[in-house]
Amino acid sequence: MEYRIERHSGVAPYQQIVQQTKQALRLGQLLPGDKLPSASAVVAAAAVNPNTVLKAYRELEREGLVDTRQGRGTFVRASLAQPGTQAGSPLRDGLRVWMATARADGLEREDVAALLAAELDVFFPRPVDAR
Amino acid sequence: MTPSSGPASAHHGDDASATAPALEAVGLGLHGRDGWALRDGSFTVPRGRVVGLVGPNGAGKSSLVAVAAGLRPADAGVLRVLGHVPGSPAVLPRIGTLFQDRPLERRFTVAETLRLGRDLNPNWNDAAARAIVDNCDVPLKARVGRLSTGQRTCVALALALGKQPDLLLLDEPMADLDPQRRRALTGALMTRAAEHGTTIVMSTHTLSELHLVCDYVLLTARGRILIADDTEFVQAAHSLITYTCPAPAAPSLPPQAGTVIETRRSGRVHTALVCFPLSTEGAASTSSLSLEEILLAYLRNPQASPLIAGSTRDDAPSAGTPDSHERPTQ
Repeated sequence: MEYRIERHSGVAPYQQIVQQTKQALRLGQLLPGDKLPSASAVVAAAAVNPNTVLKAYRELEREGLVDTRQGRGTFVRASLAQPGTQAGSPLRDGLRVWMATARADGLEREDVAALLAAELDVFFPRPVDAR
Repeated sequence: MTPSSGPASAHHGDDASATAPALEAVGLGLHGRDGWALRDGSFTVPRGRVVGLVGPNGAGKSSLVAVAAGLRPADAGVLRVLGHVPGSPAVLPRIGTLFQDRPLERRFTVAETLRLGRDLNPNWNDAAARAIVDNCDVPLKARVGRLSTGQRTCVALALALGKQPDLLLLDEPMADLDPQRRRALTGALMTRAAEHGTTIVMSTHTLSELHLVCDYVLLTARGRILIADDTEFVQAAHSLITYTCPAPAAPSLPPQAGTVIETRRSGRVHTALVCFPLSTEGAASTSSLSLEEILLAYLRNPQASPLIAGSTRDDAPSAGTPDSHERPTQ
């Protein structure tokens, strides 16, 4: 797991780490028992304040996704991977077919993103208090 | 191995120094080129923070670093470093420094410079120092006098980090580095902070990256300390409040919005950058700000009311510093 911190993004750096970890958990790139990189490994590569990493890991721990074991590190406790999100699953393959069609029809990245966002809101309405 | 982590540190001095703040200033005054660069400055930097020291040129940043390093005395008041008098034998082995002119012996090679560091510092970590020089692509056999300014900065930082200090005092460490070395050295500093809890105080003009690297900010301008607090708190304390005024000539702000740092007006839209907003009544919208926007607002408005952690002396500003509440909005 390697974090990429977008340095001029409006998203707080610790939130970027939380989001990227969850993304990896959803895609099955991180599985229960896996060790997250140590704070010093992350800050050496990403050149961010160590508290950024600790705060992100605390947040993930609060959500029950990871466990911090004293002196040993932070480990994945729960996966967010759904069967359908794995590479090679029928659901994901269906999406790939759709993507290929959209590209063949001449849609640009922004068109696809807008289309996805619109349908996402129809099928998966946001909870009222979403941040 | 960290002297700050318990009884093992006893040989460094009294018990008080193990818990003393990294820096503690009371009524600190520093002469600048024309008059006082800092006057009656009181602030505390807790241990273990990564501090961004921010202010315009001539605001005393370099002087503050020099006084903390024991190179020159304070011109008024007191500054304590790790609980000690700056430059005293109890504190000198525990600080690593980087000055703007990066003073190094030009005739020495890089390897000789590091060997000197090892000979002079009982706590020397050769691997740490060499890692910096390696990562920054500085040849060990080159003479210091032939290095680029960026490479010299890398050698000076390697010396400062090889010493394994409890406190790093760095005057514009990133100023003359290319992006690659900047990233490598920032990573090295952050690793030192993560693994050893080393306090880092660095002056900088790069406000856009401050929130990524620093967790504490010390902002000085026009002879005053304007901010000395956690970056997270500074960010949470300020809001940008937007008002829509029916007539462009109408007074821009309802009274008692909070401590106003800056107001702006563009036609009917008036915005106020407010510290501790008390009331947002009548506001069209309220939004949060980036740390950079907040720091810039203070730099543009050096007469603003200061935000200093643990300070209760807000109501007693020194002579000649008008309270921001009285500032007319233009």
